[in-house]
Amino acid sequence: MSSRAEIALDKALKGPEFEKRVRRRNAKDAASTFGISIGGIGVILSVLLIMFFLLYVVLPLFVPATVEKHAQYGIPGTQNEKTLYYGMDEYQETALRFTASGKLFGFDVANGKQISLDSLPLSGQHITSFTVVSEIGNVLAFSLSDGTVLIAKYGYDVSYPNNVRTITPKVEYPFGEEAIELASAPIEKLAVKQNDSDLVFAYKELGSDQIVIKQFSKIESMLSDTITLEEGYVGAFESKNAADWLELDGSMRNLYVISKDGVADYYNLSDIESPALVQHVNMLPSGEHLTTVRFLLGDYSLMLGTDKGNVIQWFPVRDNNNDFAIHEIRSFKVGDSPIHSIAIEKNRKGFATTDASGQFNLYHSTADRHLNSTQVIENGSTGFVMISNRANGALVETSDGQLVHYLIENHHPDVSVSSLWGKVWYEGYSEPAYVWQSSSASADFEPKFSMTPLTFGTIKAALYSMLFAVPIAVLAAIFTAFFMDKQTRQWVKPSVELIEALPTVILGFLAGLWLAPYMESHLPGFFSLLIIVPIGIVAFGLAWSKLPESIRLRLPVGKRAVLMIPVVIFLGWISLQLSAPLENAFFDGDMRHWLTFNAGIDFDQRNAMVIGFAMGFALIPTIFSVTEDAIYNVPSYLINGSLALGASGWQTLVGVVLPTASPGIFSAIMLGFGRGVGETMIVLMASGNTPLMETNLFEGMRTLSANLAVEMPEAAVDSSHYRVLFLSGLVLFIFTFIFNTLAEVVRQRMRRKYGSL
Amino acid sequence: MREWFKKGEHWIWFSASTVSISVVLVFGLLAMISYKGLIHFWPHDVYHVEVQHENGDREVVIGELHDSKVKEIDDVAAPHGKREIPQYLFKVGNRDVYGIDFRWVSSADIVGGIDTLEKDIVVVERYEYGNVYGHIKSVTIDGKTVSDPQESLALLSKQVKKGTELHSEIKYIEKIEIGAINYKIEGLRLEEKKLRANGDFNDEEAARLNAERAEYQKDFDKHHQAAQDLYKQTDTLGSVELAIAGNKTLTVPVKKIVHFWQPNNFSLMERVGFFFNSVGNFLLDDPREANTEGGVFPAIIGTVTMVMLMAVFVTPMGVIAAIYMSEYAKEGIVLRMVRISINNLAGVPSIVFGIFGLGFFVYIMGSSIDELFYSYALPSPTFGSPGLLWASLTMALLTLPVVIVSTQEGLSRIPRALREGGLALGATKSETIMRIILPMTMPAIMTGLILAIARAAGEVAPLMLVGVVKLAPELPLDMVAPFVHLDRKFMHLGFHIYDVGFQSPNVEASQPLVYATSLLLVLIILGLNLGAIMIRNKLREKYKSLDN
Repeated sequence: MSSRAEIALDKALKGPEFEKRVRRRNAKDAASTFGISIGGIGVILSVLLIMFFLLYVVLPLFVPATVEKHAQYGIPGTQNEKTLYYGMDEYQETALRFTASGKLFGFDVANGKQISLDSLPLSGQHITSFTVVSEIGNVLAFSLSDGTVLIAKYGYDVSYPNNVRTITPKVEYPFGEEAIELASAPIEKLAVKQNDSDLVFAYKELGSDQIVIKQFSKIESMLSDTITLEEGYVGAFESKNAADWLELDGSMRNLYVISKDGVADYYNLSDIESPALVQHVNMLPSGEHLTTVRFLLGDYSLMLGTDKGNVIQWFPVRDNNNDFAIHEIRSFKVGDSPIHSIAIEKNRKGFATTDASGQFNLYHSTADRHLNSTQVIENGSTGFVMISNRANGALVETSDGQLVHYLIENHHPDVSVSSLWGKVWYEGYSEPAYVWQSSSASADFEPKFSMTPLTFGTIKAALYSMLFAVPIAVLAAIFTAFFMDKQTRQWVKPSVELIEALPTVILGFLAGLWLAPYMESHLPGFFSLLIIVPIGIVAFGLAWSKLPESIRLRLPVGKRAVLMIPVVIFLGWISLQLSAPLENAFFDGDMRHWLTFNAGIDFDQRNAMVIGFAMGFALIPTIFSVTEDAIYNVPSYLINGSLALGASGWQTLVGVVLPTASPGIFSAIMLGFGRGVGETMIVLMASGNTPLMETNLFEGMRTLSANLAVEMPEAAVDSSHYRVLFLSGLVLFIFTFIFNTLAEVVRQRMRRKYGSL
Repeated sequence: MREWFKKGEHWIWFSASTVSISVVLVFGLLAMISYKGLIHFWPHDVYHVEVQHENGDREVVIGELHDSKVKEIDDVAAPHGKREIPQYLFKVGNRDVYGIDFRWVSSADIVGGIDTLEKDIVVVERYEYGNVYGHIKSVTIDGKTVSDPQESLALLSKQVKKGTELHSEIKYIEKIEIGAINYKIEGLRLEEKKLRANGDFNDEEAARLNAERAEYQKDFDKHHQAAQDLYKQTDTLGSVELAIAGNKTLTVPVKKIVHFWQPNNFSLMERVGFFFNSVGNFLLDDPREANTEGGVFPAIIGTVTMVMLMAVFVTPMGVIAAIYMSEYAKEGIVLRMVRISINNLAGVPSIVFGIFGLGFFVYIMGSSIDELFYSYALPSPTFGSPGLLWASLTMALLTLPVVIVSTQEGLSRIPRALREGGLALGATKSETIMRIILPMTMPAIMTGLILAIARAAGEVAPLMLVGVVKLAPELPLDMVAPFVHLDRKFMHLGFHIYDVGFQSPNVEASQPLVYATSLLLVLIILGLNLGAIMIRNKLREKYKSLDN
């Protein structure tokens, strides 16, 4: 028998069959090791991917612009003539050069080859002055030697002969080819602006000190597309200032007369018939002279170039009395060479300059950023400059008669560390401020990406809720872990931890639609809660200690929490009942009204107090369970020792247990704070979502997380707005990462300490 | 007494009270949600109140009492110069006649009491414009009018029942049958687009596609005709004329009636029956009137589908990562950092996962998939826009730490001896893990998975970015292959609460529904959590013998 068994065993453990099986099993083992390792590492990597992805999206915000030379050729057309303007199509294929003699040279941007030649309908006159009516619309105005003004609009046609895109530049005359009769003498300085209904001219005739303002109404013909003009208001004033520049802003209400030495007269044209001098001011540092003046996109900010290389931004600012005055906002300087020309971007508040040293510089005004410096020509200067419609290209003239075409990669000039975190003086604001306002309907809108109010709101929301959560959660954890008997603890702990499972959308809904209005109508009640409940508890405790021992001993300390349930309900009910009497006694019957008018405190229905209660409630379980664990794990011989030495229960707790468990409590608080920072739904639904910077308990806030939930779906992919939102996500990520890591490290250290005890 | 304070007794009382406060808050909240959620389904009595206006006109208000509050009115005679006057909120219905469903009535204007029940009042729930409160005057079918109260009631109930059957038939045809045909026709359109894009489109293909299309079109016409016939039948159901408050009459076609009842005539049993019937309708009906009426069926289906799909993704990912970390990876600084990162990930705000999902899954992966496989459908995106797949992947990532941590905990509890025993008996490492370790870790894995599901079911913020919509035209799960439609947007209970509670134009009318939805969500999540605890205990019991 035994030999047969041995043979069978031999057969099973030896021979080719067995070895094959071993090989198969080993292969399987190796494969699964490989598979699990790959899978495991893959999962871990994908987890880490989140952080790197956020960084990957955010980083392009801080990449400086790149400027790459695409082509260079002699200036197309007659070279010895002054260029007034360049128009370029969206694809940067063709461009049109307007010259001082009224010639229009169309050329291929890639090689400078002339593709068309045209001229303005000057009817024998010559051009005496030139101004840009609208940068976005490419509308230009030329004054002619007979005192008339011709308005032209650059455009282009796109056609697809043989499926190849062909672009031809063209010029239209929105008010007809016939020049508008304006003055009787040649115009020396001209400023023209328009809106949907009006066209306003300001001009100075040659040899006169009079500045005349004429307003025309646009009348659209019912039958054809032509627009006829009807003369309306006329105003005039004598300028004491030399009118080297005459600038009318986009609102057509502010007129600036600026002299070469930087002295500006600021007129208010609200009433065109009687222009009012608002301000007479020197806009430049002493010793500097103006070389060029240009409006930034939106025709509100004046950009002044000087002979010392400064570019200074001024715009009108409203003061407390609603009066306007122009202020210096910021200045940009790269070198000392005189600025020759300023060009503006047509889709955002960026601009470019050229100067006597042959440089081409790119800036952004709101973000206060110098983005790029390119040396266009050695030993020469750069002259006229223009930026393409999408701000992805530029044409620069040089002093040796060349025209250089640059391709620009400049995606996010509007964001900088200072614009994200510092105060910025935005157009139309009376002082520098922290503002978050990411979008608007108008095309020349200045986006305001300040993360400060959002971060402030986030911290405010988290702190107010911690104010509610920490005392309750920590004290409750102390009692549960240290005093409570096992039986009660068994159901108390899971019930408190139940809160963690409640979806925050439900808490947010209750906070926004039930708690907020309830709190508004019972405001004094909520404050009396803070006073009556603690006093009531102490009073009840004292009264309890006076009870005969036979009753007292029936309830051990550990069951006190159960005893207190009806007491707490009663105290809370009393406090809220007291709301109306208190309101009548102290706040004239309406605390909200009293706060606003007597105390001067703004009140929103959805405010920090609502958030404090609602989100505080949501934070309780996080803080509670970690604290509870920490206290419960304090070695019992420490406690017994202390009790044996005669300390009371509370004294043991304060003297022995809490110091030992303090790192655990600290990490619980950190975890709670981390959770409060990232909570989205409660704040989204109950905070009002206004990006304020007020610590006021009765006003709302907008947090980073709620802002993401509101704006993310609408942000265009890869826009600055999109990336700034990702940045706020990254900020949240880093916030919570720091708090959680801190908590984790402290907790691990504590564990090691316990180990040694 | 000084001794009492010195011993810190007051602190003990304080701390005991904070426990009580927490417990009271939790159960108070749950009680409130349950009460407000359930009251929605209980039949409300309809009251009859007479109101006298300042100009002496009298008016009868008939409606359900929904809320009351106290308004303060200046009164020099009263103390503090204010007098408190109770105000009552009545749901008066008849929105198409009165313009609003709800109306505040001041007790100062009420003549007589507010507790008079309106006799024999009929409440009619309609597919549009909400409820009607009135008395049946007559029922008209085919020009024949019945005005005897008993008879007309019986007749109406017969007709409404017929109507309900017709409606469900129509719904079946439109949603399921025509829906399937539309899906196939859309498939053909995309196929043609694809063929054209690849240059494979020729007469043969065109003929084949047209033949198929004609086939489907014929099917479509057939079903469409059937639906039209049923619609015609609903027109013959007749109409009911009701006398409503304000001496007005309102004629309601029977086809517009969902159901009707006489709450003031209900016995207790009938009330209970009505309650369960309403709960059933809430769970199984589609939402109506911009989500403020009807049920939440699509939201339940959406939530369940998303969560199940998430479970399919997260389980293998979490378990494999956990096994790798505790069984294969070498202990060291890298592993410790990975562990901290994964722990931290559990604390990362959910909205951050949302923007990751949107930026990475939808915009990068989705667009790449579209370009590679669905370029013929561009520019309309297939996977390049938020949808079910991306939502469940995002949620899987969000809940991954829960599963990993729970599985790791389970793995670390298994005694070393068992691993060594397995190896000593000649099993390979993978065999030891698969046959011995993993089965014993099952309770931990299941717990982690259920906790992950509970978390995913309650999370709303990230979903708002990656695929949830307020009203999805089609369910993500249906009877047309491939049954689960990964590219579709879906509805979700949590988002439903946010949307109906905050974006709806008629907040008062929709609040009861939001409470009911909240209750449902709370029940699902608490149920899942309890389930996790129970499964854990049961499986622990099962493997206890192994532990020893």
